[in-house]
Amino acid sequence: MIEVKDIYKTFGENEVLKDINAVFKPGKNNLIIGSSGSGKTTLLKCIVGLHEPTRGDVLYDDVNFTDMHFEGRVPIRKQIGMLFQNSALFDSMTVEQNIIFPLNLFTDMSKSEKHDRANFCLKRVNLEGKNMLFPSELSGGMKKRVGIARAISMQPKYLFVDEPNSGLDPKTSILIDELISELTEEYQTTTVIVTHDMNSVMGIGDHIIFLHDGQKWWEGSNHEIAHTNNKELNSFVFASKFMKAAREKL
Amino acid sequence: MFHSLGRYLLLLRLSFRKPEKFSVYWAEIMREMVSQGIGSLGIICIISIFIGAVAAVQVAFQLLSPLIPKTVVGSISRDSTILEFSPTISSLVLTGRIGSSIASQIGTMRVTEQIDALEIMGVNAPGYLISPKIIAGVTMVPLLVIVSVILGLTGGYLACLASRDIAPTDYITGLQDSFNSVIVTVCAVKSVVFGFIITSVCSYFGFYTSGGALEVGQSATKGVVYSCIWILFADLVISSLLL
Repeated sequence: MIEVKDIYKTFGENEVLKDINAVFKPGKNNLIIGSSGSGKTTLLKCIVGLHEPTRGDVLYDDVNFTDMHFEGRVPIRKQIGMLFQNSALFDSMTVEQNIIFPLNLFTDMSKSEKHDRANFCLKRVNLEGKNMLFPSELSGGMKKRVGIARAISMQPKYLFVDEPNSGLDPKTSILIDELISELTEEYQTTTVIVTHDMNSVMGIGDHIIFLHDGQKWWEGSNHEIAHTNNKELNSFVFASKFMKAAREKL
Repeated sequence: MFHSLGRYLLLLRLSFRKPEKFSVYWAEIMREMVSQGIGSLGIICIISIFIGAVAAVQVAFQLLSPLIPKTVVGSISRDSTILEFSPTISSLVLTGRIGSSIASQIGTMRVTEQIDALEIMGVNAPGYLISPKIIAGVTMVPLLVIVSVILGLTGGYLACLASRDIAPTDYITGLQDSFNSVIVTVCAVKSVVFGFIITSVCSYFGFYTSGGALEVGQSATKGVVYSCIWILFADLVISSLLL
């Protein structure tokens, strides 16, 4: 479980996050949604420690992560897997080398064990046999799947996903969403997904937080989101004609 | 300026933290050594032969007279090659070759979130990315400078062979005349310091890149420019202190 308590984040004069409180439970797809510039990615970066919050705390299973120094955070970070918006695969390494990179650094597994683990992770994301390809030889969707394979190689307890559908066609987006959802259920990870893709929201949003202007504006599930009276949330969720039409049929 | 210096020193401190796993870092050091050393050998060979040849020709042009022994061409070429041409000119060339590559590589990793990915995994990103490059720099630049000295003096010999003014035997005699070993010490100190400057300054500019492709290019340019300035400043300081 991840708990976010009274998080504020300021860049110079610009207050990006204001008093954010949230609890992300294991085995659930926790979505952070909001329009561009609402502070979604900043909140995610505060949670994983890429940004230090100006005020407030982030707790991983009741352990205060914000108070820790670099060395203290390492044991928690070993339990974190993250898929970045642009996958952030290491260009100079093959797909297999990318996946076994954390295993090389933090485990004493033998070469064959690491190879087996890489094959398992690749099979899990339906990319068997792509071990020796370089990231430059992969499509956008394949990069995302390799990113997921790398994120799960250490069997993480916490999975963070930043804009998993950006730059992908709708069909591939759904595949990626389903994959993340399956992994969350299978490994009971605490999964936090930042997105503004409404298909993801409606499809896998077990627990949704809507950010508006740096503040938590609404919280609920994908079943509740269609029936809310929150004006800002409605203008975000039902911005497209397609979604407006879908709402009328609900 | 003090802010940048402070950030540079803090980055160096982070770079030399205890590695997560020594074998992974060792493999990275070896890879960097091959990249920096073998990758730069060609350009060092070419410039060293030409610089040595030009040094011999110019010394001969300026100093040859009936009153000065012809062996002086060899001894002056030797001293200037070992003291200045090989360590400094080679390092300035290596800044363009190695430094720009380091700054753009690390800068690209920064803007494509690869450094963030390392940090999320619990890897000390400065340690993993920068320390192998610095260690490779302080070992390979001196080795390249040794190659440069040998080829520079060979270039002088070839220039003498091609010219009618100085006999190659006079040049060889000049190389052996009144040799003071302190110039080799100065050359060694310079090459180690220059290797450190090239790799650390360019890593610093790469590591703190923010933005996109344009900023990566700017970081590489800044890294090369600042490295060149620091190399020339260090050259002056080392020469003043040791000679």
